[in-house]
Amino acid sequence: MPEPVALQTPTMRKVADAHPKLMVEDTHHLCPGCGHPVAWRILAGVLEELALEKRAIATIGHGCYNAMMPMSDFEIYQSLHGRAPATATGIKRMLPDAVVFSIQGDGDMANEGLQEVLHAAGRGERITSIMLNNGVFGDTGGQMTVATVLGQRTKTSLDGRDAQAHGSPIPVADLVARLDGSAYVARGRVSDRAGIARTKRILQAAFQTQLSGDGFSFVEILTMCPTGWFVPAKDGGTYLDDSMAAVYPTGVLKQPAG
Amino acid sequence: MTATTGVQAELLQGSDAIVRSSILAGCRFFAGYPMAPFTQLLESFSKHLPENGGVCMNAESEIEAVNMTLGASSTGARVATGSTGEGIALMQEAIAEAAFNELPMVIFNIARGQQDYFQATRGGGWGDYRTPTLAPKNVIEAVEHTHLLFDLADRYRVPTLMYGDYLVAHTQVSVAIEPREFPPLPPKDWALDGSSGGTGVAKEHFAYAIGKTNAPGIGPNAHWNNIAGKFRDMEKAEARFEGNHLDDAETLIVSFGTSSVFVDHVVEELRADGHRIGTFRPITLWPFAYDALEQAANGARRVYSFELNAGQMIDDVLIAVQNRHKVRSIGGLSQDSYGLRQGSMLDAPVIRDRVLSALEADRA
Amino acid sequence: MATVGYVDIDVERCKGCELCIPACPFDVLTMSQERNQHGYRYPLLAPGCTGCKVCNEVCPDFVFTVYREPRAPGEDAAEPADEAFEWGD
Repeated sequence: MPEPVALQTPTMRKVADAHPKLMVEDTHHLCPGCGHPVAWRILAGVLEELALEKRAIATIGHGCYNAMMPMSDFEIYQSLHGRAPATATGIKRMLPDAVVFSIQGDGDMANEGLQEVLHAAGRGERITSIMLNNGVFGDTGGQMTVATVLGQRTKTSLDGRDAQAHGSPIPVADLVARLDGSAYVARGRVSDRAGIARTKRILQAAFQTQLSGDGFSFVEILTMCPTGWFVPAKDGGTYLDDSMAAVYPTGVLKQPAG
Repeated sequence: MTATTGVQAELLQGSDAIVRSSILAGCRFFAGYPMAPFTQLLESFSKHLPENGGVCMNAESEIEAVNMTLGASSTGARVATGSTGEGIALMQEAIAEAAFNELPMVIFNIARGQQDYFQATRGGGWGDYRTPTLAPKNVIEAVEHTHLLFDLADRYRVPTLMYGDYLVAHTQVSVAIEPREFPPLPPKDWALDGSSGGTGVAKEHFAYAIGKTNAPGIGPNAHWNNIAGKFRDMEKAEARFEGNHLDDAETLIVSFGTSSVFVDHVVEELRADGHRIGTFRPITLWPFAYDALEQAANGARRVYSFELNAGQMIDDVLIAVQNRHKVRSIGGLSQDSYGLRQGSMLDAPVIRDRVLSALEADRA
Repeated sequence: MATVGYVDIDVERCKGCELCIPACPFDVLTMSQERNQHGYRYPLLAPGCTGCKVCNEVCPDFVFTVYREPRAPGEDAAEPADEAFEWGD
């Protein structure tokens, strides 16, 4: 039985709002333990800290993360599945001073949109592409994506993804890093506090890359999907570390010289 | 609309003339992927747009081209894309999306013939939308239509289509690229530029009109009903056609695009021989001028549909003409040996022959 | 650790994922026995909160608003938020 709770004292000040400034107060209906809102909160905080809210335009793919859109107080273009980096390109070419970024899940980017992101990276497009990678098509009920790790059970790999039957995952960040046009490529995760802190710095660096005009910046964020992974919500973080982060190591893959 | 005078005519290839007209109309973004016979349009935009402060993307695929164009349109710029039939087929999802996002854009189909009529008028995307389509008969008309397409796109906030072809794109003619006046347009207050961020009501473009917490949208049912209503309004207001010799036509020949130039030539020859033949040319393939054709066909004993395909425009002719038994096809599918343009049926003596054979059969 | 912080917990927003429980460096959060309107259990705050904000950062449902006493001069300011970290795992 916990001890009586110490109450808020009159001298305490608020040091963190439940909702960051660029997330309007509302309730979303994503699953308990979903990693997408955690990643989205970090992004909203970075946009605020870098004072980008009046320059920011996001192109968004299709997935569970669409649930974050109504709360997001920055301009949004809802793209077609897979095409967010292409619509971002059109926007950035017309508005070079805008800070243009795309947000897609692994299904949207690695499946439907693999050519869009690779071509944008190849072109060195001055946009920032973000992949929220939870290794499943969450919004359609949990099917396998190109990013699903071997052994992962999904609705279309019920006994676990098998290389012979289903092929092996494609590490998009590594492909992007290989291209000369990509200037900053990094992977973060939101499975624990340390991962969240690193992800924040990765996003800051990615947007700085865009602001400096160095080239294409890419951030992959590993997010929890306990529902898609068939694990309890409270185990999502450790499951992410054991399964996804083992295949997709976090850290900076590429950054501008100097 | 009025055209200013004093602009010098130049010898221009159709593709270049269309590009120059686009830029004069304010187009500042184009994205495309090479495919014959459209490729020269892309090359010409690639050369001329940067000279005029615009951007031309040699996109890595047609799908990326049209999606880049959607993004560029969302910023409020005048934008265009294009391809030929097969490439336009790849763009269909995004063309429908433009209709539901109410994003203006001009699409140039430099078609390989007349076989894309259904694609243009019945749409190949998703949902309840139509694609306003102009089918110029020659380069001069293509130049006029170009500016009109950008205006219609902005005025109604829709994607619009030019049904061009090899002849329109590759014939060299003497043409004056003149600026044109249109009635004023409302400001594009829906355009994205980032500046509404942090206001509590940052803008959003979403074909499903879900909206945001502080600015709920009307939802897909209401939004898509509104869009359908908009196209009904266009149907009433924007149908265009050209009719000749309608007052004494015993036979009415219906054709569109470059075919009609050949049909007109044949009809003049046959009229000189005493045949009472009139012509009807839909200028807008959508909206189709059904009422005008119905009226034109009333006095005629027979209506011949000439198109170089297996029978597409004839569906619209049948909708318009009250007595469907009057209607017959005198065209047919005809491609050249490479499949890149109209074939041997697009030839005055051949068409003349087909008209006379049909008349003979009908009179027997 | 002295209680220098406090978190306001929006009980009805919580979905009972329990990610905040192990995340709290001072173990001042435990899950309730009671359930909110939606049927989820939610965290309860015990004394010892330092206002470090970790719960606010790991929560997917925007449940925690964090308060803290202003720091007195000379007070030990070491908190997990200030630890240095290295890139990569």
